[in-house]
Amino acid sequence: MTGQAYAGRPNQLLRNLHSKIASIPMILTAVVIFLGGTLWTVFYSFTNSKLLPRLSFVGLDQYERLWAAPRWLVSIENLAIYGFFSLIFSLVIGFVLAALMDQKIRFENAFRTIFLYPFALSFIVTGLVWQWVLNPEFGVQSVVRSLGWTSFTFDPLYNQSIVIYGILIAALWQGTGLVMCLMLAGLRGIDEDIWKASRVDGIPMWKTYLFIIIPMMRAVFITTLVIIASGIVRVYDLVVAQTSGGPGIASEVPAKYVYDYMFQAQNLGQGFAASTMMLITVAIIIVPWAYLEFGGRKRG
Amino acid sequence: MKLRLLAAALAATVVLPFGAASAADLEVTHWWTSGGEAAAVAELAKAFDATGNKWIDGAIAGSGGTARPIMISRITGGDPMGATQFNHGRQAEELVEAGLMRDLTDVATRENWKEIVKPSSLLDSCTIEGKIYCAPVNIHSWQWLWLSNAAFKQAGVEVPKNWDEFVAAAPALEKAGIIPLAVGGQPWQSAGAFDVLMVAIAGKDVFNKVFGEKDAEVAAGPDIAKVFKAADDARKMSKGSNVQDWNQATNLVITGKAGGQIMGDWAQGEFQVAGQKAGTDYTCLPGLGVNEIISTGGDAFYFPLLKDEEKSKAQEVLASTLLDPKTQVAFNLKKGSLPVRGDVDLATANDCMKKGLEILAKGNVIQGTDQLLSADSQKQKEDLFSEFFASTMTPEDAQKRFTDIIASAD
Repeated sequence: MTGQAYAGRPNQLLRNLHSKIASIPMILTAVVIFLGGTLWTVFYSFTNSKLLPRLSFVGLDQYERLWAAPRWLVSIENLAIYGFFSLIFSLVIGFVLAALMDQKIRFENAFRTIFLYPFALSFIVTGLVWQWVLNPEFGVQSVVRSLGWTSFTFDPLYNQSIVIYGILIAALWQGTGLVMCLMLAGLRGIDEDIWKASRVDGIPMWKTYLFIIIPMMRAVFITTLVIIASGIVRVYDLVVAQTSGGPGIASEVPAKYVYDYMFQAQNLGQGFAASTMMLITVAIIIVPWAYLEFGGRKRG
Repeated sequence: MKLRLLAAALAATVVLPFGAASAADLEVTHWWTSGGEAAAVAELAKAFDATGNKWIDGAIAGSGGTARPIMISRITGGDPMGATQFNHGRQAEELVEAGLMRDLTDVATRENWKEIVKPSSLLDSCTIEGKIYCAPVNIHSWQWLWLSNAAFKQAGVEVPKNWDEFVAAAPALEKAGIIPLAVGGQPWQSAGAFDVLMVAIAGKDVFNKVFGEKDAEVAAGPDIAKVFKAADDARKMSKGSNVQDWNQATNLVITGKAGGQIMGDWAQGEFQVAGQKAGTDYTCLPGLGVNEIISTGGDAFYFPLLKDEEKSKAQEVLASTLLDPKTQVAFNLKKGSLPVRGDVDLATANDCMKKGLEILAKGNVIQGTDQLLSADSQKQKEDLFSEFFASTMTPEDAQKRFTDIIASAD
């Protein structure tokens, strides 16, 4: 403290020196591995690297081939469907479950554990479990048929046009428990007086939730949104375990395209181009939102 | 005191490996995990262990598509194994060019591989710029149709003798509740089945023009159109075979739930493990019974460059063990593949293998697609055919896309 008084202006760099030194490893990781790796990937996506990276530039060839590949287009479409429904359903189901749980019910702890339990399983296990559940020969279809409805058909994983919904079911089963817990934490953070006030004013419960509680839970919703969205973009293991992209290429996703072309096809350039496109997609969604969220607040 | 003891103990563990004569542990990675394959690989391990070295088995489940990326990233990432399987041809091309693989020319000249390996194209595929980089262990051919005799009996039709009769018998099989053609969901299976149809229906010359010379005009032509028509038949016949792995599909044939399967001769190991006999329980038709030509792709072992001298020596021992006549016979009988040397006696081979040996002796052979096309083109082909077999894409559209792949192939 006395040292600063002599120096006149405190040196910004030396403030909280200990915490700065302590965070050097993380800063290095972020800069070298995340940023460096990203730049390296984008850079090499303009080359025709095969099994090993090499510097012979081919301009936008990899991107032209990528956007002409039917499998990539199917992947993008699948990700859009999966992303849209998984976002909406996990928020809605998660919130409804949390709201029900918030009614001071009995055995709340037991229910919470049951709903959160699937989240403890990896995507691979989830995928295998649902592969069996949805398998027409031993799953839901055969159970319903054995009960007497012999013409009942339910085989989403073997039907090209609905296979992505089969994957969506498994993802929701696994992920909504976490969303519910986050929402419940948010609901518990709401002051009791708000509820009392709304009851005094005679506002019905659903209206209180919709117009008062949800706007108050903005921060929780944003956290949840980021967690769900990052889960959507990187969906890979679930697809591998459930369908490995099949039938045909009907349930392919972008992350799997990247992996298959980098390692199976030994074409790094193509894989890098695809991963760069994934990055751009994320950036298009994240940047405007981050600008509104953080940039706006500083000024306001 | 305690510290000194500990140091001594540590030193002992370091010294020991150097002390033990010329024996070394060698980790060998491969993707031979089905019943028949595991039995075959055990023969290799036994032969190598008999030389005083130790075979550390590094089996990677999930077929080549899963295993190869793991092997390659271990080699490029600086954690190489002692030896590794690849399909010889172009899969390891760049690893060799990058100097990550060991030159085996010394061993090959000492043991005279040039003379004994038949057909010579096998060794050619191991040769890059005049140096030999891999030891071929077997010849695998794709061009086989496996038929379940029981299934045809149940359907009340005779076991077909060629592809056309098989297509004609399909309705009868379906009526009996049998899937005519088993095709697993793994992409390489449908792509491989198409290559087989091409050799059988369009012939050897067209096959070489399209995959060897990458002639896009031939690929767009009427011969290939006929092949796509046949692939369309195959697609209709395969409806309902909801399995993933190739050995599950083979199992459908073994149990008589499916009429037949287009699969390489590695399927034979599965029939053997199930205790079935060629001729009485199942029938094999090389070249789909149309064109008796087989491809001579196969498996080979590559040896990454190692710093450890003991291990490098053990690599040489392994390389020569793999081509030893005794190992060749023991391994290939279990695997259902053909030996890479023409001078071994396969008297105990079954009917199907004998058929294969005969075709080989006649020289009716072509190179495998793994030898002709890069992994990149192969993957694009797999994407196309896995989509084709699972969807309602017209043969004409598929041919157009096939032509594009051939035109851009390197």
